Amino acid sequence: MAEARDGSLQRNMQNHFELFGLEPGYALDAGRLEHAYREIQAKIHPDRFAHAGDAERRASMEWTTRVNEAYRILRSPVLRARYLLELNGVDAALETNTAMPADFLTRQLELREALEEAEAKRDPGALERLRAALRDESETLKSALGEQLDARRDYPAAAGLVRKLMFLDRLDTELDAAFETMDD
Amino acid sequence: MALLQISEPGQSPAPHQERRAVGIDLGTTNSLVATMRSGVATILPDTQGRPLLPSIVRYLPDSRVEVGYVAQAHQTEDPKNTIVSVKRFMGRGRKDVPYIENQPYDFVDAPGMLQLCTVAGTKSPVEISAEILKVLRARAEISLGGELTGAVITVPAYFDDAQRQATKDAATLAGIHVLRLLNEPTAAAIAYGLENAAEGVYAVFDLGGGTFDISILKLSRGVFEVLATNGNAALGGDDFDQRLVCWALEEAKLPPLEARDMRLLHVKAREAKETLTAHGEAPLTARLSSGEFVDVSLSTETFCRITQHLVQKTIGPTRKALRDAGLDVDDIKGVVMVGGATRMPHIQRAVRDLFRRDPLNNLDPDKVVALGAAMQANVLAGNQPTGGDWLLLDVIPLSLGIETMGGLVERIIPRNSTIPTARAQEFTTFKDGQTAMSFHAVQGERELVSDCRSLARFELRGIPPMTAGAARVLVTFQVDADGLLSITAKEKSTGVEASIVVKPSYGLTDAEIERMLRDSFEHARDDVQARVLQENRVDGERLADAVRVALNRDGELISSAQRADIERLLAALQSMLPGSNHRAIKQAADALNRATEEFASLRMDANVRKALAGRRIADLER
Repeated sequence: MAEARDGSLQRNMQNHFELFGLEPGYALDAGRLEHAYREIQAKIHPDRFAHAGDAERRASMEWTTRVNEAYRILRSPVLRARYLLELNGVDAALETNTAMPADFLTRQLELREALEEAEAKRDPGALERLRAALRDESETLKSALGEQLDARRDYPAAAGLVRKLMFLDRLDTELDAAFETMDD
Repeated sequence: MALLQISEPGQSPAPHQERRAVGIDLGTTNSLVATMRSGVATILPDTQGRPLLPSIVRYLPDSRVEVGYVAQAHQTEDPKNTIVSVKRFMGRGRKDVPYIENQPYDFVDAPGMLQLCTVAGTKSPVEISAEILKVLRARAEISLGGELTGAVITVPAYFDDAQRQATKDAATLAGIHVLRLLNEPTAAAIAYGLENAAEGVYAVFDLGGGTFDISILKLSRGVFEVLATNGNAALGGDDFDQRLVCWALEEAKLPPLEARDMRLLHVKAREAKETLTAHGEAPLTARLSSGEFVDVSLSTETFCRITQHLVQKTIGPTRKALRDAGLDVDDIKGVVMVGGATRMPHIQRAVRDLFRRDPLNNLDPDKVVALGAAMQANVLAGNQPTGGDWLLLDVIPLSLGIETMGGLVERIIPRNSTIPTARAQEFTTFKDGQTAMSFHAVQGERELVSDCRSLARFELRGIPPMTAGAARVLVTFQVDADGLLSITAKEKSTGVEASIVVKPSYGLTDAEIERMLRDSFEHARDDVQARVLQENRVDGERLADAVRVALNRDGELISSAQRADIERLLAALQSMLPGSNHRAIKQAADALNRATEEFASLRMDANVRKALAGRRIADLER
């Protein structure tokens, strides 16, 4: 049976890293990932099968969908970290509202207030400064995350960092929305 | 540019006859058809050598239909039956069309999409667009000497699901096999990128007759990757004309006029606007049916002043696209201008000011989309591309979501996701013993359902009775390479499986398409049966071809028993093809398709492995 064939990647290979021929890890060669993604797409993309039969077109769409999803996750540091934690049996999204350190939450409140103020004043300069501040904080968290995930393999500690990054990401999304309101 | 050197998984290894494939730019104002000739993308002109086909359709009382220049010549005398800019109505309801009161037509608000009352009966925008496509198809078939294998049809990147589906339906109605719906700015990027061997990040600024798109693309080693797109599907040259008409009425101190005079003023306003591209001043004169004259003079300054708010409307979407791409204007290597409306000087100025560089105007903004579509059609049809190979990675322009409690939208697929894509979300029951759940899919960026476009409502029934919160209903949104959505809902907590697949509901049903086909054939003295037979034959031949190639290349992936099975069904299909039983051909093709599913999946596996193996060798060589 086909299920028993060792070549059946889609069924047996659930790991996004392996799909692109990469070692699982937070540190990642972005160039290699992009190169592998493009090489695979060049062979399986629906544009390669536009004139083929239904079965092949469907298989191509399913595969490309899967490859796009894997690429999306590995390309984003936060999603990649969450995914690594998942591979190691830790769900970073759980307990989102608990166990956040008080100083972090205070800082979040400050940032959020700054956002509301910039929005009320319709001040794009203030939004830009806020974005820069957010980027800095998120960079700091990301380097700490690399340390916890790759060197120490301290997954609970990494999960805490991921939760912080998810907070910052949400704020970043709100920042985008604020920019958009000003554009409209 | 160093293009990808890749083997073609689906391509026939043996050289064979070129497949007839075309690219069609179905524009608001003008439409074009193009094809590859001796390795060069070429616009196919009409018998009088004119490349454009005005997107104008006139219905006559004797059931005749005029399309293009003939219709254009009569537009001011018969505005109600002469439909211009029908693209603005595709997939739209009455309330979606801005300033609909200025339109001369009698509208009927049908569910999902409005319709127009004409002397030839009620017509859907899909039928009207199909008339334009039929003319282009005939032009291409005469020029290429036979039936088309298929066409790439371009759509504005910012078209939503309803507008895309309507466009695809129009092509089906015109008897065109759609190889792909391709975003207009992406088509332009292919033409520009291949012509100029461009590498780097480019913006395509596409302002057409009725739609505005801004796309940010990364061009690198034969890959065209759309990083972000934005736009306004109801902003284009038409709006500038409309503004001019209003201005001329104010200047001449006239009240709103009857339909014929309004259309006349529109034509004159467009002429004045076009004159201003090369001159500082343009006359706008018209003799109205009342005998009164409109005689005003339009200066560039006035034109810019009264339409500045329209120019401004392109800026917000452009900033959003840049932000979504995570880029700054300084990261953009060039801005490619597409669409006739980009000829307006204040548009050029606005783009120059925003991007702090001169926009690229070295391509014909009317033709570049059709040329790019022809290049892509050639590749999709399986012909050997000239000058290497390339790959397109495009995105979905608007977020897709589902309605949750309180009329809020839960986003499932965010805008600018690379397609094809799929995302799933789990929902549960909130009452004990609940056996059905209803869902509402929407598209748009706003938080409230009422501010988004409704795509589909559907119900999942047959959920086994359980306590509240125990059911696990997985709703999956799948967007295909045309940017079209389908939705699956599946209850997965119990062995009993309730599942449903829906396509959004505003498109035409198969029955409607069949009725429209029948209507059109009555007049064309053609025969639906013959048409279906022909289509099934073409599909069957394509499938047989593809399976033969697959067996030759990758036959070792399956057992000899599986191979024998496929070969038997292939032979069965082949024996049916010359016959005249369209049902038998369809059944044989379906059977072969089913039998090759496993094989297709294994071939995809093998392709991924080959891609990685190639890469590892490349790594070693580095």
